[in-house]
Amino acid sequence: MSTFKPRDWGSHAPFIAPGYKSTILRGPTQAPLAIKSGLSEGTGPRFAPASVRKLDFDLTKNGITNGEPLGERIVVHGKVMDTDGRPQPDILVEVWQANAAGRYVHKLDQHDAPLDPNFRGSGRCMTDANGNYVFYTIKPGAYPWGNHFNAWRPNHIHLSLFGPGFATRLVTQMYFPGDPLLELDPIFLGTEDAAARERLISKFSIEKTEEGFALGYQFDIVLRGRNATPMEN
Amino acid sequence: MAYGETPSQTVGPYFAYGLTAGQYAYDFTDIADTTIAGPDADGEHIRITGRVLDGNGDVVNDAMIEIWQADANGAYTENPVDVASSGFRGLGRCGTGTDAQNRFYFDTVKPGVVADGTAPFVNVIVFMRGMLVHAFTRFYFDDEAALNAKDDILQSVPADRRDTLIAKRVETRTGVEYRIDIHMQGDAETVFFDV
Ligand SMILES: [Fe+2]
Repeated sequence: MSTFKPRDWGSHAPFIAPGYKSTILRGPTQAPLAIKSGLSEGTGPRFAPASVRKLDFDLTKNGITNGEPLGERIVVHGKVMDTDGRPQPDILVEVWQANAAGRYVHKLDQHDAPLDPNFRGSGRCMTDANGNYVFYTIKPGAYPWGNHFNAWRPNHIHLSLFGPGFATRLVTQMYFPGDPLLELDPIFLGTEDAAARERLISKFSIEKTEEGFALGYQFDIVLRGRNATPMEN
Repeated sequence: MAYGETPSQTVGPYFAYGLTAGQYAYDFTDIADTTIAGPDADGEHIRITGRVLDGNGDVVNDAMIEIWQADANGAYTENPVDVASSGFRGLGRCGTGTDAQNRFYFDTVKPGVVADGTAPFVNVIVFMRGMLVHAFTRFYFDDEAALNAKDDILQSVPADRRDTLIAKRVETRTGVEYRIDIHMQGDAETVFFDV
């Protein structure tokens, strides 16, 4: 086992980003204490292939009650790799999102937009031996939120990964190219570095688009790399 | 460095039907829940509970806490086959939206010592709406004073903030419980680590 390179804080938002109001009372005010990463951070949960069931990777089918979900069918492809470009095999990717109307199945979502009886909006998949993953879904709609007057979240899909260790844990959101709401969104803009923000935007891909069936998007995910020298203990 | 890290984004308020479906009674499976160690796992069975408080001291009802810990022998379990045979998962996940007092709660075993010169502890990650980046912390145990006093990482924490990492043992009718609150801000702000 080797240890992981330190988190590159330049690629991430600060704990408190005042444009996103909830961060003001919820983000830690003191700088996190650096500790040397060891066994506890270098290890992490592994998931058996059986933890992904047959329809888990197809959100257009895993929530059906009486028909097909409404909305634009899409297929999302991506490669999970580390900062050295090494593909990350057997990584569990959990996803959840709003439906085409911008409404979440979650009981606390009160947005006045219809639920879709045939779409739950959650699923998971695993990367293959080359670090590639794929899932099918419906393009999520934008939805309003209470951060400021006329605040709308850009279309996005939430993703959660452990990666190869507890230290590489990542929860993020995938956005869509050309969305005019991106430059108005305090969550997207919370990441101060513009080049880093670009990594949150998927790319439309005509190669991944399936003829007569679904538009294709590519969303590669980069996790922290490993230190060259193995740890001592 | 050939590639830049993908930025972290908030887990948001609506994670439950994707990440903690069983706990919140959504029609989906989950890959981790509040049981870190099943009844068959070796070791002292304990429950870990606590609350998450914001800068106003208000209890947060939409946080998600994850724990990654060693088993009672101090070993991390990375092989899902081991998990099936021992009943020890090592991983736990709990949202603060289902308990009447908005606590997180985990059923587990007290971890063993991972390496010489360290005290037993569990690794913790805090996620919630209002956090663009998750925060790492640790829970140590108050009945391990001798080992705590020798733990390099705990001792690297300023003395007046060390208590924020130490869970308190309570004997309850249903068993041993360790209690610890996570304070995001304020005088008792929890120590978070840059892991
Ligand atoms: Fe969202």
